Amino acid sequence: MKKYSVFAIAREAMRGHKGWEEQWSSPEPKKDYDVIIVGAGGHGLATAYYLATVHGITNVAVLEKGWLGGGNTGRNTTIIRSNYLYDESAGIYDHALKLWDGLSQELNYNVMYSPRGVMMLAHNVHDIQVLKRHVHANRLNGIDNEWLTPEAAKEFCPPLNISRDARYPVMGATLQRRGGTARHDAVAWGYARGASARGVHIIQNCEVTGVKRAPNGAVTGVETTRGFIGARKVGVVAAGHSSVIMNMAGVRMPLESYPLQALVSEPVKPVFPCVVMSNTVHAYISQSDKGELVIGAGTDQYVSYSQTGGLHVLQHTLDAICEMFPMFTRMKMLRSWGGIVDVTPDRSPILAKTPVPGLFVNCGWGTGGFKATPGSGHVFAHTIARDDPHPINAPFTIERFRTGRLIDEAAAAAVAH
Amino acid sequence: MLLIRCPYCEEERPELEFRNAGEAHIARSADMAATSDDDFEKFFFIRSNPKGIIYERWRHMHGCARFFNAVRDTVSDRFLMTYKAGEPKPAKLPGAAK
Amino acid sequence: MIAAFRIPGAGRLKQAETARFSFDGQSYAGVEGDTLASALLANGVHLVGRSFKYHRPRGFLSAGAEEPNALVEIKRDFARKTPNVRATVQELYDGLTAQSQNRWPSLAFDVGAVNDIASPLFSAGFYYKTFMWPKSAWKNLYEPKIRAAAGLGVAPDQPDPDHYSARFAHCDVLVLGGGAAGIAAALAAAETGVRVILADEQADFGGSLRFESGAKIDGQDGFAWAQGAVATLKAMDNVRVLSRTTAFGYYAQNFVGLVERVSDHLQNPGREQPRERLWQVRAKRVVLATGAIERHMVFADNDRPGIMLASAARTYLNHYGVAVGRNVGVYTANDSAYAAAIDLKKAGVGVAAIVDLRDNPTGPIIDEARALGIEINFGRAVIRAGGKLRVSSMTVQPKNGGGERTIPVDAIMMSAGWTPSVHLFSQSRGKVAFNDETKRFVPGTYAQDCVSVGACNGTDGLSATIDEAYAAGAKAAKDAGANTVKGTKPKVDASESWSRGMLGAAPGAGPDTTVKAFVDFQNDVTAKDIRQAVHEGMRSIEHVKRFTTNGMATDQGKTSNMHGLAIAAETLDKPIPQVGLTTFRAPYTPVTFGAIIGHARGPLFDPTRKTAIHPWAERQGAVFEDVGQWKRAWYFPKAGEDMHAAVDRECVTVRKTAGLFDASTLGKIEVVGPDAAKFMELLYTNPWEKLEPGRCRYGIMLREDGFIYDDGVVGRLAPDRFHVTTTTGGAPRVMNHMEDYLQTEFPHLNVWLTSITEQWAVIAVQGPKSREIIAPLVEGIDMSDGALPHMSVREGRICGVPTRLFRMSFTGERGFEVNVPADYGQAVWEALWAEGQKHGACAYGTEAMHVLRAEKGYIIVGQDTDGTVTPGDAGLDWAVGKKKTDFVGIRGMARPDLVAKGRKQLVGLKTKDPKVVLEEGAQIVGDPKQAIPMTMIGHVTSSYWSQNCGRSIALALVAGGRDRMGETLSVPMPNGTIEVEVTGMVFFDEKGERLNG
Repeated sequence: MKKYSVFAIAREAMRGHKGWEEQWSSPEPKKDYDVIIVGAGGHGLATAYYLATVHGITNVAVLEKGWLGGGNTGRNTTIIRSNYLYDESAGIYDHALKLWDGLSQELNYNVMYSPRGVMMLAHNVHDIQVLKRHVHANRLNGIDNEWLTPEAAKEFCPPLNISRDARYPVMGATLQRRGGTARHDAVAWGYARGASARGVHIIQNCEVTGVKRAPNGAVTGVETTRGFIGARKVGVVAAGHSSVIMNMAGVRMPLESYPLQALVSEPVKPVFPCVVMSNTVHAYISQSDKGELVIGAGTDQYVSYSQTGGLHVLQHTLDAICEMFPMFTRMKMLRSWGGIVDVTPDRSPILAKTPVPGLFVNCGWGTGGFKATPGSGHVFAHTIARDDPHPINAPFTIERFRTGRLIDEAAAAAVAH
Repeated sequence: MLLIRCPYCEEERPELEFRNAGEAHIARSADMAATSDDDFEKFFFIRSNPKGIIYERWRHMHGCARFFNAVRDTVSDRFLMTYKAGEPKPAKLPGAAK
Repeated sequence: MIAAFRIPGAGRLKQAETARFSFDGQSYAGVEGDTLASALLANGVHLVGRSFKYHRPRGFLSAGAEEPNALVEIKRDFARKTPNVRATVQELYDGLTAQSQNRWPSLAFDVGAVNDIASPLFSAGFYYKTFMWPKSAWKNLYEPKIRAAAGLGVAPDQPDPDHYSARFAHCDVLVLGGGAAGIAAALAAAETGVRVILADEQADFGGSLRFESGAKIDGQDGFAWAQGAVATLKAMDNVRVLSRTTAFGYYAQNFVGLVERVSDHLQNPGREQPRERLWQVRAKRVVLATGAIERHMVFADNDRPGIMLASAARTYLNHYGVAVGRNVGVYTANDSAYAAAIDLKKAGVGVAAIVDLRDNPTGPIIDEARALGIEINFGRAVIRAGGKLRVSSMTVQPKNGGGERTIPVDAIMMSAGWTPSVHLFSQSRGKVAFNDETKRFVPGTYAQDCVSVGACNGTDGLSATIDEAYAAGAKAAKDAGANTVKGTKPKVDASESWSRGMLGAAPGAGPDTTVKAFVDFQNDVTAKDIRQAVHEGMRSIEHVKRFTTNGMATDQGKTSNMHGLAIAAETLDKPIPQVGLTTFRAPYTPVTFGAIIGHARGPLFDPTRKTAIHPWAERQGAVFEDVGQWKRAWYFPKAGEDMHAAVDRECVTVRKTAGLFDASTLGKIEVVGPDAAKFMELLYTNPWEKLEPGRCRYGIMLREDGFIYDDGVVGRLAPDRFHVTTTTGGAPRVMNHMEDYLQTEFPHLNVWLTSITEQWAVIAVQGPKSREIIAPLVEGIDMSDGALPHMSVREGRICGVPTRLFRMSFTGERGFEVNVPADYGQAVWEALWAEGQKHGACAYGTEAMHVLRAEKGYIIVGQDTDGTVTPGDAGLDWAVGKKKTDFVGIRGMARPDLVAKGRKQLVGLKTKDPKVVLEEGAQIVGDPKQAIPMTMIGHVTSSYWSQNCGRSIALALVAGGRDRMGETLSVPMPNGTIEVEVTGMVFFDEKGERLNG
């Protein structure tokens, strides 16, 4: 892998950019691998990358039914934060946040992690109680998260409407300064490049159609649109399609897949310095480096794999955006799209071994998986390599739904991811 | 916005009038207290989440307020049929009905 | 005065009516009916913008919605500034003020253009490969610089004074696009009598008839025919015609979003006029007649101002009467540019030469051009354009190489062919198919009840278009239920027709050059960028798009996508269909946020619920808090009181004499029927069968998983009638939860549920004097302790109106909740208030209510519980019927983790220093000296200063809390640790004697 740098760019500029290598190769699938990862999104590619770099397992294939990074990785609003309430959640998201810081250097690929601060707004007394509970828990967990008055919130984010006459006035906010955004495509591409350079096969346009198991129940490989591919271990990291793949292995999951929409405005000069989230009025907004306002909507109410949703969901979102930022009504929506998010009953992910020997699953990230990408890949690689979960992901089992030991961020906090 | 036929009102109405109520035909045990942990997990948490035909419940919230069942293709979001609560899973689905 | 490039006698505008406007501070004159673009061109202005990345000078590419370059800011006043307006779409009005964007200090001299010189460094995706050292520099140095350079216009910084409107509509046939095809389809459908909506994005209907001078229909000029036909349609009762209306999104089940620009073209919009209006239309059938968009030629420096699409130049001439230059060159790969050259030549504009990539095309249009004396060069390519702020020449070379020749020009018209506008079809989830012969994607498989006609369907020629569209319109009407067919198809007397053309880079932008041959103008994506992306391993067109940003500008690739795809396919050596097409997403063109939200702003953002007593509280100067959609009186400050003083006074007064509290927001559900008690047994943990009529019980509702879902006092009015109360926020979901079980799990029960939240106003009167305040106003109820003990309910009258009078207490004092029909709520409140005044009672708000109940250890679901708390955790085991064999949650609460030891339990906390009030949400630890991350064993759920106790009080969820009574725990705060003692939850009147006090 040739190193990227400003010098490499200068060198290539001299010769018409003819000397760049392929960022990842596109090999034909082999007959079998030590590990197959199903799904070349950020989490799957990160898993492959860490299998290779941390655990020395390079005989790995990442199978992707479409194009790598084309699912939720390339469709989300790229919010990164770790100020979760419970120790388990804080553990995994902060593990990820620590990896974000330095990921560009680790991958030699500028993923544009930008800790511009994530602000979460309180609009009523209940919000204040909930958000302060987060602030205190975060502080004792060593996670930065501070409480801001409405005035301080406006100072940090000048477009914010803190008028007392707003329908739901801002009564305060939390701020995680290490929170921010990153460039979603770059994350997928950077991990793909790093994994590919270490021998991992990334096989696109290769849809898994079945999971093969030996008479003793153990996984032996997968059927695909490009034939059978054998493997000793299979990790399913298929986001909205996770329950579809797991069903092929005979494992029914506590998951439902919903459409989640997002939109961007036309690009404008810098006007929005941070990320603002409001769970009460349902609005999530930041501004991309290109200048577009990036706005996340809520999920549609029904299970769907259509990657589309209703206009009324976007309307509701923009209602809230314009209520909090009244100067934006003259801005224009440039593009909207939908993803498929897999949601667990407690809104926390599953990263675990499964009842099927050799089969592992990493799913259920709901609306908030992007932020966890490096941490998720890192501990999932550990789980696959050692056949045993990393302490960080040990609580995120499938069994918790039987025992009742849930990690219910949503119920506990009425906070979306 | 979907267009949904309420089997009680016998009318197609916009999705705004309805509330989705999750997967259909998951019966609550008549002897709930005696249910095993595994069966309770299946009842309350495990969902089929199909890519394709789903049997699901809707409530005509801002209409007759009745719960009913629907058969929908989760890839196209097209409804195949709707039927009243308590009616069995249809044995046969209408073909390419729109 | 006629502007320099306005050609007398050309075009359709009344050239006398002038409108003054300004661009970048310079004043110009235009004509009524102009767009900003045509008016600027009439004045010889081509330079109007700068590109995104290289800040290259740019002019008009198009005359329509596909415009990538000519984006300006339109400013009506300080608050009405709109960035990124396409000058080709903005209609001119007298006094219009426009400004260029993305340049400093000026459009002609832009410092940012240094990027153009350094452009070899800024190759596709360069930013992924650098700016990584040192680590902190991305956030602190590089990113701020990049952000400042990026973006186009400037976002408005004031609240928008304009308003927006919204309409829902239903129709049988919705026709999208008002060119020849759309009009023909609408005529056919309308004549059957079905409900038709015809919409077009332009001010005038006619589509390409605006420039197709050769079209004749029903004996008239094509455009004139279109106006007549639309007038006919407008006169029909069953037809709605919407101009300036863009269909931007095609959603499930023939649901189409359209936005109508109502007043942006007016000099002085009326105050009552919305700026834009959103139409949400559900149609039985949709006819897509969205036309086609011309593509540019991809050659070196093809972005110089003055270089534009041939159809655009023709539109400016034939519709607006404007010449785009005096000596115009033509570069083409299909016939349509010949028609433009012919029209210009006939209008007296110099045509320097036609350069045609094709080797030996033949046809009448070529003969006509030749007959007019226009120089034609076959088999040649324009390999570069000269000039900087305006094109000055084109350099021509045989396409297989050879001698160069430079021809001076002041404008170039180009055409690489036409791309069918399949955007809406694709949004409808239809699948496009590639026609290899004509090199275009056309509608293939349909997914919804729609049909494509005309140019967007790949149908060439006016006759074929009208035949197809008229038939489709009639069929759509028939499918939508029409049974009569009448009317006559418009007759095409003369038409223009062309297809074919080329995709991708033309010779001269070839693989081995370093020239800038633009594919995507706005985002500065060149042919070599796309080749580089492929070389770097981007094999999916989606990767190419994202890596190069091709097609991601405000025009969303309307002119660039097909070229980009072809170059990628060529580089990959794959057929185009195998490389695939990027997904089309709504909106078709950018849509104003305001139009999408319509009226949902300010007070209409979300409904506000107010109780019957709200106006009284407002008059008393109450401060309100938002609880769900409700406004609730939070506290009632007297002059000079802050919140704490007011709350202290209210709390003390209630316990000393009495207080009145508006409890109307509490959810109320009436459960009625022979099986009402059975139903209550199943929905609540408590036993109900044996509750006597006239008595009340505190009920707990669980979800099936065993966690507390809601609570409230339930009164049994009669054997078959329960008056159930819920939390304020929980009322709708509790009702839904109950209905769900009643309708689907327990349909055998004979029970009716009615939400009565809004029917009854509820006035809580609490305190030692409460009975004395109420009694004088009550008729028919014996209010003695014997007849009306704590937790009982009676029906009678108060102030002459019916009441359900509850004897209950959420304060620990003797208390009542007076339910009266909501219409009488305020009157009864005022009567009670008058009585209360005699005893020194106060009105108290939600904050005092919270303090008073916490003094008694009464929980608030949603504050002291959070969806992970069982009845056992909350110390409410006593409320779970032990003998019951079933209720919702009975199994869930028996799961292993829910009965495990060490669960968090609700307890009381007393700070060692009684003056210190804990913060709600503060975390509790055993050892405060441990290192971070600390082991947290619980958190404070409620905490207040209690004036009645003379100290602070708190409730908390603590692991194994009930086994820790008397233990000292710590609450580490940023400025020091607070020591607390674990106590019981009751802080005041532990024996409960005051309930009858």
